[in-house]
Amino acid sequence: MDNFVALKDVHFSHGQRTIYDGLSLTVPKGKIVAVMGPSGIGKTTLLRLIGGQLRPASGSIKVADEEVTQLSRKKLYELRKRMSMLFQSGALFTDMSVFDNVAFPLREHTELSEDVIRSIVLMKLEAVGLRGARDLMPSELSGGMARRAALARAIALDPDLIMYDEPFAGQDPISMGVIVKLIRSLNESLGLTSIVVSHDVDEILSIADYAYIIADKKVVAEGTPDELRENDKAIVRQFLQGEADGPVKFHYTEDDFAMDLMGEAHG
Amino acid sequence: MDRLARLGATVTDAIAGIGRALAMLLGAIIGKPTPRKSWPLFVQQMYVVGVLSLIIIVVSGLFIGMVLGLQGYTILVDYGAEQSLGPMVALSLLRELGPVVTALLFAGRAGSALTAEIGLMKATEQLSSLEMMAVDPLRRVVAPRFWAGFVSMPLLALIFSAVGIYGGYLVGSGWLGVDEGAFWSVMQSAVDWRDDLMNGIIKSLVFAFVVTWIALYKGYRCEPTSAGISKATTSTVVTASLAILGLDFILTALMFGG
Repeated sequence: MDNFVALKDVHFSHGQRTIYDGLSLTVPKGKIVAVMGPSGIGKTTLLRLIGGQLRPASGSIKVADEEVTQLSRKKLYELRKRMSMLFQSGALFTDMSVFDNVAFPLREHTELSEDVIRSIVLMKLEAVGLRGARDLMPSELSGGMARRAALARAIALDPDLIMYDEPFAGQDPISMGVIVKLIRSLNESLGLTSIVVSHDVDEILSIADYAYIIADKKVVAEGTPDELRENDKAIVRQFLQGEADGPVKFHYTEDDFAMDLMGEAHG
Repeated sequence: MDRLARLGATVTDAIAGIGRALAMLLGAIIGKPTPRKSWPLFVQQMYVVGVLSLIIIVVSGLFIGMVLGLQGYTILVDYGAEQSLGPMVALSLLRELGPVVTALLFAGRAGSALTAEIGLMKATEQLSSLEMMAVDPLRRVVAPRFWAGFVSMPLLALIFSAVGIYGGYLVGSGWLGVDEGAFWSVMQSAVDWRDDLMNGIIKSLVFAFVVTWIALYKGYRCEPTSAGISKATTSTVVTASLAILGLDFILTALMFGG
């Protein structure tokens, strides 16, 4: 099994709006794969499709050689024990301390004694630099600390796959640097496969082994970070260089501004 | 034609909503029991939903009982029937006011809190993260809250009625001079264990089921934004209150209608 995740010709709509129209991508085992694209393109939706929280209208989604779209609820839950997701907000349980948050998946899915759970939790918290914050409540953590605590919880069960949803969003430069290093070091030390959804181009390309750019409901470019930097496709250039004008429109409306101001655009 | 289509859409939406609510409830309460994990969660929710509602229930029960004593006395004394104050207070509370007012207060105090809590858990992706950790949020979050609401409301209604009767006694006997022995003995002979007490408990169980179900469903299905949570919380109180009053009429007609 070379690819841990493989999506083939996935079609997905949210109400009347088509999100994906024939999306295909693969995530090789043990690699960090970046998924980039403009806001609102459905990057989080992609992670939810891989996690089986959403079902596509058609197409195939394979994780660890299991067809996610065909799995029964029980088998899907079994598969989810092998994958983990770091949510954009961290999604820590607000009524539990940092320690209990990290211990939660262990208490739910294992029969380990509290002594063993304590040791594992402390190891995971040490890995993200938060061993000293174990007794704090989520409301007492900064945004960066909350994200790291959530990361400790995500690796508590030693998953095979971690999906990161905008891990750098809203982080200060120091937190961002720490999280970038953590993603790389956890991937190497724990032998994980990682999917990182982000639009922080420089940070994500500095650690990714392979990257996809999604726009216009499908993958528009892919390659190693170096290959993407050398790609001269207009949409790739616009996205990587952050230009306002290009294939992706900055303005939502097509109406003429002057006409709109004078009230004539809508007749 | 447009109006007809809109009416049709409203009806099908309502039916789909009931179906979704039923699916949520069945998903939460049907499954292999796991007492080692679910018992501590149930106890915790009994505290949050039940114990923390005690103050408002006790205070409201006391005042409503006192008002009943006062109003009842002023009416009964005109007919020289103030000895019947005990059964009047007790029957009013056990048959109607205990279950109904407790359910209304419960919807406002605990129901709205349940909706807001679950709505916020949804908005902050805590429910999604449970799913991704292979933990069913219906079993972990919804089920313990449902059982806690279902068990605690009838107990709160009994406490409400007991405190209310004591309030009626304080005003009737302590203040207005109704004979203490007559107050209790006439009440004892007039109140039937099955017709009055059990019917009140049955009403309360029905209200507990409906109010808790509505509160949990509204939270679980709310739009995960601040406006969505606010709307869902309001909707819980309004829908649950109307359901309580409507069901109360139906149950009263079935139990005491002849």
